[in-house]
Amino acid sequence: MNEQTKEGIVKIFLWITGIISVFVLLSIIFYVFVNGVGVISLEFLTGKPYRFEYGGILPQIVGSLFLITICLLFAAPIGIGSGIYLAEYASDNLFTKIIRFFVETLAGIPSIIIGMFGLAFLVHYLFGFSVLSGGLALGFMILPWTVRVSEEAVRAVPKSYREASLSLGATKWQTVWNVVLKSATPSIITGVLLGIGKAIGETAVVLLTAGSGLEAFLPISIFDAVGSLPVYIYMLATQGHTSAAFDRAYGASLVLITMFLIINLGALFLRNYLIRRQR
Amino acid sequence: MFIIAFLLVEGWSAINLDFLFGLTWHPSNNEFGILPIIISTIIVGVGAVLIALVIGVPCAIFLAEFAPNWVRNIIKPSVEMLVGVPSIVLGFFGLMLIVPFIRDNLGGRGECILAGWIILSIMTLPHVITISEDAIRAVPKSYREASLSLGATKWQTVRNVTLTSAKSGILASLILGMGNAIGETMAVLMVIGNPNIPIIPTSILDSVRVLTSTIVMEISYVEWGSQHQYALFAIGVVLFVLVAIINLMARSAIQRGMMKR
Repeated sequence: MNEQTKEGIVKIFLWITGIISVFVLLSIIFYVFVNGVGVISLEFLTGKPYRFEYGGILPQIVGSLFLITICLLFAAPIGIGSGIYLAEYASDNLFTKIIRFFVETLAGIPSIIIGMFGLAFLVHYLFGFSVLSGGLALGFMILPWTVRVSEEAVRAVPKSYREASLSLGATKWQTVWNVVLKSATPSIITGVLLGIGKAIGETAVVLLTAGSGLEAFLPISIFDAVGSLPVYIYMLATQGHTSAAFDRAYGASLVLITMFLIINLGALFLRNYLIRRQR
Repeated sequence: MFIIAFLLVEGWSAINLDFLFGLTWHPSNNEFGILPIIISTIIVGVGAVLIALVIGVPCAIFLAEFAPNWVRNIIKPSVEMLVGVPSIVLGFFGLMLIVPFIRDNLGGRGECILAGWIILSIMTLPHVITISEDAIRAVPKSYREASLSLGATKWQTVRNVTLTSAKSGILASLILGMGNAIGETMAVLMVIGNPNIPIIPTSILDSVRVLTSTIVMEISYVEWGSQHQYALFAIGVVLFVLVAIINLMARSAIQRGMMKR
C-alpha cells in the first residue's frame, strides 16, 4: 500500500471519529428534547409535585435557583478576591504556594467528597438539610474554578495599562480598582457564570446537603430543606418505576438543560456586550 | 484543606488491612472489605478512558490537522457543550437507552460495566478531545514544515513528528480523564447496577459497585456514629487518595513534556 492510499484511509477514519463525537452530543440532546417536550405544560412548570407521577416542578426550579444564588454569593467574592490577590499582590512566597496548592487540590476533589463533607459538617453540625448547606457545599465545589478564572483574567490585562495608571500618580489599589478590574470584568463574569452552570447540574453534592428532591413546598428561609431539579430527576429515575415518572424525568431534564444553556449563552452574550461597551 | 482533614478524622479509624483487602462488603454483618469495589472502580475507569482514547485522540488529530475550518466550527462548540450536559441527564439517558439495549442484545441485567464504560467515555471524551487538540496545536509549525519539505506525506508527518512531540500532552489528557471518570458519581451510579453484595467482576456484563456509588447509596441511611459511617468516610479517603495520585501523574506527564521542549 503506498503512502497516498494510506493517507486517504486515515483521513476517512478521522472524519468518522469527528462525526461520531458530534453525533453523540446531538443525539443525547435530541433524545431528551423529543421525550421531554410533550411533558412540558403550564401545570408542569408552575405546579407542585405530588408523589412521583403528578403535579409540577416549580419548587424544584425555585430550589435550584436558590441554591445557585447562595453558591454565587459565597464563591464569587472569595474566588474573585483570591484571584486578584494571587495575580496582583502575591509574591512568590510560601504563603502563596500554600494557597495555590489548596486551590489545586480542591479542584481535583471528586464532588461526592464535597458532598460527604457537606453532609457531615454543614448538615449534621450546623444547619441541617437546607438551602444554606447545599449552596455553601456547591460554593466549595466551584471555588477553585472561580479563583482560577479571576486570576487568569487579571493576569491577561496588559502591563502597559497598569504602568499608564501608576505613572499618573494612582496608588496600587486605585490602579487595580479602576484600570485592571475594569478591563478584566467581562472575563471574570463569564468565568463565574460558567462555574454556576456547573453547579446547577450537580447532583451528588445537593443530594447529600439540601434535601430529598421531592419537596412540595417553596422554601421560605435559607434554613429550609429544598428540592432541586437534578435530585428530582435522580429520584424519578431510580425510584419512579413507572413510565409516567420517567416521562416527567425527561421533562425535568429538558428544563435543567435549558436553564444550563441560558446561563452559558447568557455568559457569552454578557461578555460580548461588556467588551463592546468598553470600547 | 479543612475538608480533607475532616474526612481523614472521620474515616481514619476504619482504615486497616481488612478494610482495604477484605473481599466482602456487607454492612449489616459488620463486614467492610472494599477490595471488590476498588477493583471495579479501576476497571470501569480504565475501560472508559480506553474508549475515549480510541475515539477522542483521532478526533483531536482530525480537528487540529485535517478538518476544514467550517467543520471545526461545528465540532468544537458541540464538544465543549457536551462538557456541560449535567451528569444526571447523561445517567438518565444511559438508564433509558443504553441499559435496555444491552439487556436485550447481550443479555444480563443490562446495568453493567459495559454501560458504565459507554456513559463515562461520553463524559471523558470532551476533556480528551480538547486537551489533546491543544497539545497537538502547540507543536511548533517549523517541525511540520521540516518534515513536509523532506517529502513526507501529511499523515507521515502527523504520525512521526506531530504526535511524537504532542505525546505527553495527550497522555496527560487521558490521565486527567481517568481521574474524572473515577470521581464521577451520578451517571455511573445509575447504569452499573450496584448489587447489594459487591463481587469482583468476571465479565463486562456483571453488575458492579464503584467507590462513589457506594458512598451515595448508603450514606443517606447510615446510622450516624456507627462503624458503617466511618467505613463510608474511609471510602471517601481511599477515593481521594486514588484521584490525587492520578492528578499527580498527569501533572508530572505535563511537566516532562515541557522539559523536553
